Amino acid sequence: MKLRRSATPVVVEDPSSTSPVLRVRDLRTYLYTRWGTTRAVDGVSFDVEAGETLGIVGESGSGKSMLALSLVRLTPEPAARNVSGSVHVGGTDLLQLTERQMRSVRGRDIAMILQDPHQSLNPVFTVGDQLREALRSHNTGVNRRTANERAIQGLEDVGVPAPEGRMRNYPHELSGGMKQRIVGAMALAYDPKVLIADEPTTALDVTIQAQYLQLLKDVQVRTNVALIVITHDFGVIAQSCDRVAVMYAGRIVEHGPVDEIFDKPRHPYTRALLDSRPRSDVRMDRLATIRGQPPSLTDLPRGCRFADRCPYVVDHCRKEYPETVQTSGSHSAACWRVEEI
Amino acid sequence: MSGALLEVSDLTKHFPLSGGFLGMRSRGAVRAVDGVSFQLQPARTLALVGESGCGKTTTAKLVLRLKSPTRGTVLLEGRDVHGLTGDDVAWFRRSVQAVFQDPWSSLSPRMRVGDIVAEPLVVNGRYSKGEIKQRVAAMLERVGMQERHAELFPHEFSGGQRQRIALAMALITDPKLVVLDEPVSALDVSVQAQVMNLLRDLQDELQTSYLLITHDLATVRFVADDVAVMYLGEIVETAPAEELLDSPKHPYTQALFAAELPHHPAQRRDEVPVRGEMPSPLSPPEGCRFRTRCPHVMDVCLTKPPATRLGEAHQVACHLY
Repeated sequence: MKLRRSATPVVVEDPSSTSPVLRVRDLRTYLYTRWGTTRAVDGVSFDVEAGETLGIVGESGSGKSMLALSLVRLTPEPAARNVSGSVHVGGTDLLQLTERQMRSVRGRDIAMILQDPHQSLNPVFTVGDQLREALRSHNTGVNRRTANERAIQGLEDVGVPAPEGRMRNYPHELSGGMKQRIVGAMALAYDPKVLIADEPTTALDVTIQAQYLQLLKDVQVRTNVALIVITHDFGVIAQSCDRVAVMYAGRIVEHGPVDEIFDKPRHPYTRALLDSRPRSDVRMDRLATIRGQPPSLTDLPRGCRFADRCPYVVDHCRKEYPETVQTSGSHSAACWRVEEI
Repeated sequence: MSGALLEVSDLTKHFPLSGGFLGMRSRGAVRAVDGVSFQLQPARTLALVGESGCGKTTTAKLVLRLKSPTRGTVLLEGRDVHGLTGDDVAWFRRSVQAVFQDPWSSLSPRMRVGDIVAEPLVVNGRYSKGEIKQRVAAMLERVGMQERHAELFPHEFSGGQRQRIALAMALITDPKLVVLDEPVSALDVSVQAQVMNLLRDLQDELQTSYLLITHDLATVRFVADDVAVMYLGEIVETAPAEELLDSPKHPYTQALFAAELPHHPAQRRDEVPVRGEMPSPLSPPEGCRFRTRCPHVMDVCLTKPPATRLGEAHQVACHLY
């Protein structure tokens, strides 16, 4: 098979697609610290369309959370700085907006659900106070009564039983699953075009996790929101995503449709990660492991960042970062030996 | 059954709640663990499976003698661990060790790894300095670390390495039982595999028993021999791991397994397996505690279901059987 090589970082252009709701190009977010420059997000590009779910999967330190924060411009100041790239929502490049302009976009066009619902709600205000505040943040013309009605409707939309009563509760009176639903209601208050969920179910129990992923799906069917799910868990990816981008050391190393990623992973890292998962349906004698550790983001190697841990490594891998290879219509991987994998 | 290393019977822990002026008015009790019984054989692994709030961690603390029970007994080699005094407590501490979920908070940041791993032996007071050093070096090697790592501090290690250190500390006294409370859930996927392999290797080598507390079924399949499923302070089903995972009988066990995330997108499901949330352990439902969420609920469920034997070692507490 002859594969097309391109010098640009992983970008998948699907010719049949309409223009995407979110278009990210060559995004770089570096952290400047006493110990050096950490290249947390280092040249990331992808598109997400309306009604579609993109999963971004990676281990801790891969840069996936910093990527999420970069998209909504909530990276920790002053250490983090956006170095290059663009984040287009509709026709607007969010990175070019002033903070004041960004504030009117955040929550309205692009919203985010954080991992830990216990930390995303203010403990000294009731659920109602916080929901009403979210609803009035972009439109001070909304009176208290309308805000109240809309808040109750919002809670109902995310499956909170007896929403009127919940409005008077404080966060500590609610379970983790309920809190995460309320955080969801706040994020959806303005019907955003893009919703980013960073490890949305990690803090939840198994049965509640299943309910929450179903809720996100239902919301998407209803609102056609473009959803980005950031996770370390391939189970979450398998359950809820249409496409997957695999991140390693600040870059996307593989990107493709979810079935292809699981059936025919083309990057050695993706393959190793998938193979190391234990199964609950068969008892295995031994789990495959990945030797070594990810490289330090302050001192990245010149060549492929996975080279030291890769079973397929050849000399060339250490000399030059691999070009991105399109292996099929919308599947691509950054590996020198992609033909053999 | 005789020959059990650990025998837990009718174990119960209620946490009283008080309110009102100076807390003088009683407001009932949180029934965290309510009449739990199980056995663990030498060199085997029993997994306690359930969601948060089901009482699995309280059960572990009772077994570890970190809390005393409201009722019931924990027998280690036939001796009641909550009745131990003097030297017998030291015997218990040597025999039972624990590894916790979060290796970032379970290791002292101000001690060198060598001292951390040596601590149980130092406390024990029966070993010379040279002997301790030798045993620490051997144990570090056994968990896949190097002797030179003894000189470093915990912050210099990754999560997986820290969990290896925690394991070395737990195993240094050559315990009969190690309680593993969610030992891999704080680790990255690729590192989880390493630690799980290590847990199995160490058990084969040292013949230690594990009491594994987890919510992850894949971990259960890989590590456990037997499983007890807990819901709201009670055990609803016990069985050998293979049997339980292949044919769960209790409706809660079935729901829990059905809620597991798929291994492959082709196994994706469109239905939510169980609705609602676990009721408060402050006032659990009368009769069967799962009846408020159970798809098979019947009138008879208002009475407490007895434990029914389905196979040689398979028990289920449900009126369907």
